[in-house]
Amino acid sequence: MKDEITREERVAGLKGMGCSRKRVEDARFTQGKGNYVDDIKLPGMLHGDFVRSPYAHARIKSINIDAAMALPGVTAVLTAKDLEPLGLHWMPTLAGDKQMVLADGKVLFQGQEVAFVVASDRYVAADAVELIEVDYEELDVLVDPFKSLQSDVVLREDLVAEDGSIPNGAHGPRKHHNHIFTWEAGEEEATNQVIDNAEVVATEEMYYHRTHPCPLETCGSVASMDKVNGKLTLWGTFQAPHVVRTVASLLSGIEEHNIRVVSPDIGGGFGNKVGVYPGYVCSIVASIVTGVPVKWVEDRMENLMSTAFARDYWMKGKISATKDGKITGLHCHVTADHGAFDACADPTKFPAGFMNICTGSYDIPVAYLGVDGVYTNKAPGGVSYRCSFRVTEAVYFIERMIEVLAIELNMDPAELRSINFIKKEQFPYTAALGWEYDSGDYQTAWDKALLAVDYKGLRAEQVERVEAFKRGETRKVMGIGLSFFTEIVGAGPVKNCDILGMGMFDSCEIRIHPTGSAVARLGTISQGQGHATTFAQILATEIGLSAESITIEEGDTDTAPYGLGTYGSRSTPVAGAAAAMAGRKIRAKAQMIAAYLLEVHDNDVEFDVDRFVVKGSPEQFKTMKEIAYAAYNQAIPGLEPGLEAVSYYDPPNMTYPFGAYVCVMDIDVDTGVPEIRRFYALDDCGTRINPMVIEGQIHGGLTEALAVALGQEIAYDDMGNCKTGTLMDFFLPTAWEVPNYETDFTVTPSPHHPIGAKGVGESPHVGGVPCFSNAVQDAFRPFGNRHTNMPHDHWRIWQTANNLGMHD
Amino acid sequence: MSNTMHVKLNVNGEDHEFLAEPRELLIYALREKLNLTGSHVGCETSHCGACTVTMNGKSVKSCTVFVAQANGAEVTTVEGLGNPDALHVLQESFKEHHGLQCGYCTPGMITRAAKLLEENPNPTEEDIRFGIAGNICRCTGYQNIVKSILSAASDMNAAKEAAQ
Repeated sequence: MKDEITREERVAGLKGMGCSRKRVEDARFTQGKGNYVDDIKLPGMLHGDFVRSPYAHARIKSINIDAAMALPGVTAVLTAKDLEPLGLHWMPTLAGDKQMVLADGKVLFQGQEVAFVVASDRYVAADAVELIEVDYEELDVLVDPFKSLQSDVVLREDLVAEDGSIPNGAHGPRKHHNHIFTWEAGEEEATNQVIDNAEVVATEEMYYHRTHPCPLETCGSVASMDKVNGKLTLWGTFQAPHVVRTVASLLSGIEEHNIRVVSPDIGGGFGNKVGVYPGYVCSIVASIVTGVPVKWVEDRMENLMSTAFARDYWMKGKISATKDGKITGLHCHVTADHGAFDACADPTKFPAGFMNICTGSYDIPVAYLGVDGVYTNKAPGGVSYRCSFRVTEAVYFIERMIEVLAIELNMDPAELRSINFIKKEQFPYTAALGWEYDSGDYQTAWDKALLAVDYKGLRAEQVERVEAFKRGETRKVMGIGLSFFTEIVGAGPVKNCDILGMGMFDSCEIRIHPTGSAVARLGTISQGQGHATTFAQILATEIGLSAESITIEEGDTDTAPYGLGTYGSRSTPVAGAAAAMAGRKIRAKAQMIAAYLLEVHDNDVEFDVDRFVVKGSPEQFKTMKEIAYAAYNQAIPGLEPGLEAVSYYDPPNMTYPFGAYVCVMDIDVDTGVPEIRRFYALDDCGTRINPMVIEGQIHGGLTEALAVALGQEIAYDDMGNCKTGTLMDFFLPTAWEVPNYETDFTVTPSPHHPIGAKGVGESPHVGGVPCFSNAVQDAFRPFGNRHTNMPHDHWRIWQTANNLGMHD
Repeated sequence: MSNTMHVKLNVNGEDHEFLAEPRELLIYALREKLNLTGSHVGCETSHCGACTVTMNGKSVKSCTVFVAQANGAEVTTVEGLGNPDALHVLQESFKEHHGLQCGYCTPGMITRAAKLLEENPNPTEEDIRFGIAGNICRCTGYQNIVKSILSAASDMNAAKEAAQ
């Protein structure tokens, strides 16, 4: 067979890596034909709902379920007493702690699960919740982690020995009954020595407030225990379905092959759907008890009050430099408020995630990080909200410290960054806190960004604006927000990254059909990232079949190979690598088949886009479609029939995407309203698989960054009441508040990733938060501002202006 | 089933009659009684717009409309906008311009956008941003949604002109 189309046309026909392929997911989503967990409807299905604690800290004296049980339509009410014989009244957290599934004698945060009602529909369940009487005895509430560490009030009685001593926790010795762990990286003594003797030192304390990922779809599950064949099926909002299956098996004693976990379409995750929540456990137990399927779907208030929060880091920094701006040392201490249970979603060896990437993009010779985790009467969590484990906190910290140091040095903050960047020739670069950065070209990206926005021109305009403000000609000040970030994503090498002992590899299994189409299954799960589109592009380029002919499946543990799921921007760095490696195995067998068909030696054929050609004789070839057909239908000596491959990929290192962001903002000092005039985002995520999808990720990540920096928070009063439990109080930006973003890129491929890709979904959030915050702070810098805490909502911005005497 | 009422709804051109408690929300009647699961629940407080449908010619948040209030109404959901063989211009446009990611807000967003373009066939970018401010998207940052709606408006106007 000879064809007439050009090589370029053949490449374009693959719709492989590098093209802005339209998404295959969109046909069903735009027609309302997605299948999210609340869309699942099974015969006889019952609905579960929680009685939740109105108190942040209280002892439970009694629970009376009689009136609820008498309500027609109520099938069961579960309390801790019912779960205790099964050993399920507590469950392990991802951080090595344990958490009450249902309140066991006391409650530790407002909104905590106390009892689980199972009823014929959601209305009856809600009525029954109202009929359950719980008698509480209020206890002293601790919402401040610093006070918690001094208090006699014991939050976790289960973690104090009978003689009153404090046993070690999952991460070593604990200093106080409300203390969880101390985690350290780097050299404290050496760092202190450098800082104590430095020419210039800047110190700052900053609070990275508590917030919440708040995907538009809340968390939920449907459990169906088939008692005839002993098989449990669990549909749910799981970013890591395979881990859920293993944990469910270990907890319930049901053998793993008898559990099928399915993540259907997921309406956004952003870290919220990594954790295991009491609702999942209760839906399983309720289905086992009742013998029929049970659905649990939380409402928005339950989502914001009880499922995983993010951030809540009190950070104290010291940074030292020479007079001409070369950074010599960095010291960071964090008091981390983890709430009532340590349910952070971090790799086991990293109780503060990858906070030790806090030296950022800079060549800092010596550094120290210490983190103390603390229990308080707040909801548990500590997930990575659109970031790799605690990287947002780390990048915010260093990008604020740089700005503060620039003030101390009276130096331009852009120049200060340039002076201190890790240089291109220093990669691979081992940072003072231990990470080996795989690749980077920071100065090139920075120069490109500053040139694109005419940075010098902006600074000149800002100087004029300050003068005009002082002359009373304007009430608007202008801020130029800068950030240069390095992320650390793609966890991770199994040697140092696991969750509950499960190594963080990922996987891809590909099966080529005889007619040259394929199905590939991966251990990850899309929550909007478009995996069905982009993984097919990787495979198309690797195996030479059109992406349009490759179906991608994820999320069903009965069919997909084991993998650790999607969070921490790990899908492309880990599962994407597995896809490429599986594709290469397919290609290796295809080469042998092609050589046989072309009657030449294996080494005499080479891969070319969508075919194997005889070297030096391109008119002699076999297309991958022909090869696939032959793989199944022709007896080839020495080769098994079929064409399929599987790869489990354990990455040798993390990947380190980076970027340079600039935000220009005008702020009305009398209303505190910031207007974003311009936002320029340059991202380097290595090899770009689908530019359209990348840009979409950047727009979305920046918008979530805007939200966090400019208003979004989970706040508590002194009684431990959550003040931000609805979307009235919890800020989600609308189209009206969000600007258009300018995106740009450089490409520095990862040297160890099979296709050089680094991951991008979270970069814009990680880099965006400090950029928005720096813009606000920079606007007030000429008037004496040094640092104010986020979120910079209108009221707080007004207060900043007021404190600086700008309303006088 | 005490305290139920007889409800009549015309949904996407089809008449439906069923018994429901007056307190039942329209969104649940649509999703659970009529199995139209395109409209979603995101907040139950009218803030997020995932449940947006058109009721008697106006965009409403069906999570804060009692089915009793909707009795006798004409309702259009995303399922009534197009079909697999003939997608609505907005459905094509959202796909073309990457106006969606997780897809959860999309049905409400497209249903709202369809109404917006009926009300104002030549919207500016500002008109669109204001007109969809009742619909929250957590994934896209709205930039490509705005682009999708602008492009759909222009396509619809071109089609109208061609038809004249």
